[in-house]
Amino acid sequence: MRGEVRTGLAGVIPPLVALALAGIVSSVIVLLLGESPLRIAEVMVTGSLGSLSSIANTLEEATPLIFTGLCVAIAMRSGLFNIGGEGQLVVGAFVAAWVGYRVGGLNPVMHITLCVALAGAAGALWALIPGILKARFGAHEVINTIMLNYVAFILANFLVGLPYFKKPGQIPQTEDVLSSALLPRMTFLYEYTRLNLGFVIAIACVLIIYILLEKTEVGFEIRSVGHNPLASRASGISVVRNTLIAMAISGFLAGMAGSERVLGVHRHFISPFPFGYGFAGIAVALLGRNRPMGVLVSAVFFGALASGGAQVDIETNVPRELVTVIQAIVIIFVACEYPIRKLVFPRRRTAT
Amino acid sequence: MTEPVAVFALSLLAATVRKSVPLIFASTGGFFSERSGVINIGLEGMMLFGAFSGALVAVLAHNPWLGLIGAAVVGAFIACVHALATITFRANQIISGVAVNLLAVGGTVFLTQVFMGGERSFSLGPADRLPMWGPFLPLAYLCFICVAGACIFAYYTVPGLRLRAVGEHPRAADTQGINVARVRFAAVVMSGVLAGLGGAYLPYFSGSFAKNMTSGLGFIALAALIFGKWHPAGAMAASLLFGFADALQETLQGRGGLPPQVFQAIPYVLTVVALAGVIGRSRPPAALGRHYERESPG
Repeated sequence: MRGEVRTGLAGVIPPLVALALAGIVSSVIVLLLGESPLRIAEVMVTGSLGSLSSIANTLEEATPLIFTGLCVAIAMRSGLFNIGGEGQLVVGAFVAAWVGYRVGGLNPVMHITLCVALAGAAGALWALIPGILKARFGAHEVINTIMLNYVAFILANFLVGLPYFKKPGQIPQTEDVLSSALLPRMTFLYEYTRLNLGFVIAIACVLIIYILLEKTEVGFEIRSVGHNPLASRASGISVVRNTLIAMAISGFLAGMAGSERVLGVHRHFISPFPFGYGFAGIAVALLGRNRPMGVLVSAVFFGALASGGAQVDIETNVPRELVTVIQAIVIIFVACEYPIRKLVFPRRRTAT
Repeated sequence: MTEPVAVFALSLLAATVRKSVPLIFASTGGFFSERSGVINIGLEGMMLFGAFSGALVAVLAHNPWLGLIGAAVVGAFIACVHALATITFRANQIISGVAVNLLAVGGTVFLTQVFMGGERSFSLGPADRLPMWGPFLPLAYLCFICVAGACIFAYYTVPGLRLRAVGEHPRAADTQGINVARVRFAAVVMSGVLAGLGGAYLPYFSGSFAKNMTSGLGFIALAALIFGKWHPAGAMAASLLFGFADALQETLQGRGGLPPQVFQAIPYVLTVVALAGVIGRSRPPAALGRHYERESPG
């Protein structure tokens, strides 16, 4: 059904072919601009992997994508499209900032844990709204998650404008979080890096979600519901319960992404909050075939694209938006895996 | 409020129409695509491409009418990408729509910088903008004609019946000799044309193209379509309602009363409520989102 049990070569080759095709299309675009694709590629690689500082940038860009990629992936494994990562992230970011500057007198471990946990919980609650509407009324989660993205932006914009939350001044933003809530930056890699402990938390989440999905009963039930809800129900697995669990975990991860951005990078909530990690998470999950390890790899890949793209913007006259365009092209080609699979494995019968 | 009530009401009405035009275009476009069975989350991206190309062609050619054609053609072209991916290559319709939106966010700024030498926005000169016909731009009249046309087409013509049949029961339609893929392709392209025109309204209205200037209007149009129960007239009414909320929000700004965010949230909240079936259930076309594969002979 939804790209569930394809392992080995059959699982890895279509995304790689899609990447290659996306590379060709991007090269054509670069050629049309009168630049050499090889030079762009070189700048991309050195800009993302060429030095400790650029590697740190890559991992910093990858960190929120790991969270949002997992967010999309776990929902997808339960058969749900969570396009609401964007809104869940914003809700989480707001809560992290609030708890971060408001609650004092805690040691860093306690404070960070509290901020991240409450941000995750806020994201989970936000995701549970479409989850409940789906489970209770059969309302399509795609539309609802999209609508709730905008409700989240508007709500956060409203709240941050209230005197209770707003830092005095013209800009709608909160106070900076207390130093006890800051995620320590990995300055041993590079002095000015914004790479922080959130990256380690993200890796831990990859492992936790992997174990949850592959080694526990809950994970089995989630995958089972995603694979075939009718058969699952017939064998006594509650579709409603697992829909809600998957959406809650999914939203929790998006909320954590928001806390990482606030506690590790921006240090406060600002409206409008930087946009795009939620949608990019869809690309990450898709390329990573909705598997935790795949998400990790593809998040680092997209992180490298982002940090390499920033370098391209500086060094050449190709605008950095090329990266977003490449992301979109990758998504389209990965989504069109059916003809690719036909091309690569012409004799294998494939179900869709 | 100091001015007479009648003046206030008239200006509010005019503002409502101005705010609704892009929504009416895009939701009518969404009607074609979705009633043929293809989900179109990419409306937002098609609008953004329409806004960009409408403005760009108008500026380069110093002719807003050519700009309109440009917006329609580019909208159609982007819709072709969505149609090719989802109908021909059987990509997931939601994923393809997300890709179209990303492509628009990145692509329009990318192309702006390419054409405008590093700038991230550009303005239309006086000669590049559509004339006012009375209180509105010509597009304001065109959008209502499009709604009427869509109603007549879908409910009083044979191709319109085919369109709806394909979205409800493709297999039955196929048995009747209707080419499901072709009808869907045409419907998606039509949605791109209309979304492109709706997007083009924005730079003509504001006088400039700016990064991500649709800022969710395509999703509000989608919401209007759902709230209007997948009917062009219903979608138009919902667009006017959402436009009214927006106009009211702007009119009341700085006059006290409810915070503007309450009005901004109305379209989204109403859609969630409508989908949950609280105010009469909004039922999507039966085959919406499903690929159709002909049974292979033998």
